[in-house]
Amino acid sequence: MAKRAVVGNGPHVAIDPTAQLAQSEATSELLRELVAHLRQNRTQLREEWVQRISETRLLTAMTKEEIFAEATSVYDSYVEALETETFEALQAYAQNLSERIIPRGVETHEVVGIVLLLRDVLARSLFAKYQADFRKLNRILDAYEPAANRIANTVAVGFVQERERTIRQQQEAIRELSTPVLQVRERLLILPIIGVIDPQRARQLTEQLLRGIRTNRAKVVVIDITGVAAMDATVANHLVQTVEASRLLGATVIVTGLSPEIAQTLVTIGVDLGKMNTVGDLQGGIEQAERLLGYKVVPIPEPQ
Amino acid sequence: MEVPILKQGKVLIATIQAALSDADLENLRRGLVQQVVRFRSLGVIVDVTSMDVMDSFASRTLREIAHMIRLRGAETVIVGIQPEVALAMVQLGLTLEDVSTALDLEEGLAYLNTKFKSLD
Repeated sequence: MAKRAVVGNGPHVAIDPTAQLAQSEATSELLRELVAHLRQNRTQLREEWVQRISETRLLTAMTKEEIFAEATSVYDSYVEALETETFEALQAYAQNLSERIIPRGVETHEVVGIVLLLRDVLARSLFAKYQADFRKLNRILDAYEPAANRIANTVAVGFVQERERTIRQQQEAIRELSTPVLQVRERLLILPIIGVIDPQRARQLTEQLLRGIRTNRAKVVVIDITGVAAMDATVANHLVQTVEASRLLGATVIVTGLSPEIAQTLVTIGVDLGKMNTVGDLQGGIEQAERLLGYKVVPIPEPQ
Repeated sequence: MEVPILKQGKVLIATIQAALSDADLENLRRGLVQQVVRFRSLGVIVDVTSMDVMDSFASRTLREIAHMIRLRGAETVIVGIQPEVALAMVQLGLTLEDVSTALDLEEGLAYLNTKFKSLD
């Protein structure tokens, strides 16, 4: 009893199913009227919208003709979404649009901006049409606004999702650019690292290297990080762990190609450099490794 | 399970063949530290190839063995740490500082032999 009192706070809140049905029918009716209006004034509203887009300097990466062509498709999908109250087609279109325009440098705020502009343009035309009948205008807006908001939402989410999908794809591509563990001499391995190292990649690198040490019976490993632009504390610690883990397998690690920025980072976070064997460049690293292994590289004298 | 300690020239070789309890590890430590002087060995190799787990007690005991044997006048090499075990150890901060390590038994013997040569 008590629970009911909380839920239904007075008789006017209780939901009457027939009233609800009637209301949704009325909404559909109003949306039909709205769609008819938008179809009738298609040319004029669309042009007004394109005008507003160029006034607000959105979509500067695209030409006027392109904007007009896209605007037409967006307008039609918009009206269709209002009419059918289904958003799948619009969603598919938004995804397709995003795929085409993201590579051209169109930003999220521009996409959200143009959809909101269309919403405003259409709302204005409704004000103009129903200005004599305020009650009717109110009911039309009641029907229009939720649908329009949902459309704006769908397009914006579609765009952002597409963007995230692209980012994920690129991350995967980076991960798959596998870092090879190369043997340059008997018992000497090189691990060149290029690109961004995140904790996941660092772990993968370490595992690969340790396996490489075991299978190649390596005694010395040169890790070259010339191609690594930046390194945060987590990744630096991973590097130190890699060095220590290699030592547990009996291999000496030489790290080469530390950039000034990375050197700064390592000093700032206080990495114990006593455990790290570092040489300026890859050539120096390989030379030192050869010395450790007892190799001596001499030029062949020219035959007299 | 008892860990066999084999004498091979100037080197004592202890091969761990199964997961060890804490008591087994302590027995190993006692055995090695006693025998290194009894046999007048110069080096000790502890082969951990078949250990797929190295907890903090095991790694601390190995480190203690190495340090105690140094005090008894010989050199210790831990050989055969598996890659996965090495990774887990450094993540737990168990890095066996000041302890020599080698890839496997052969490497460990080669390492000790070069050490002995420099003594001669």
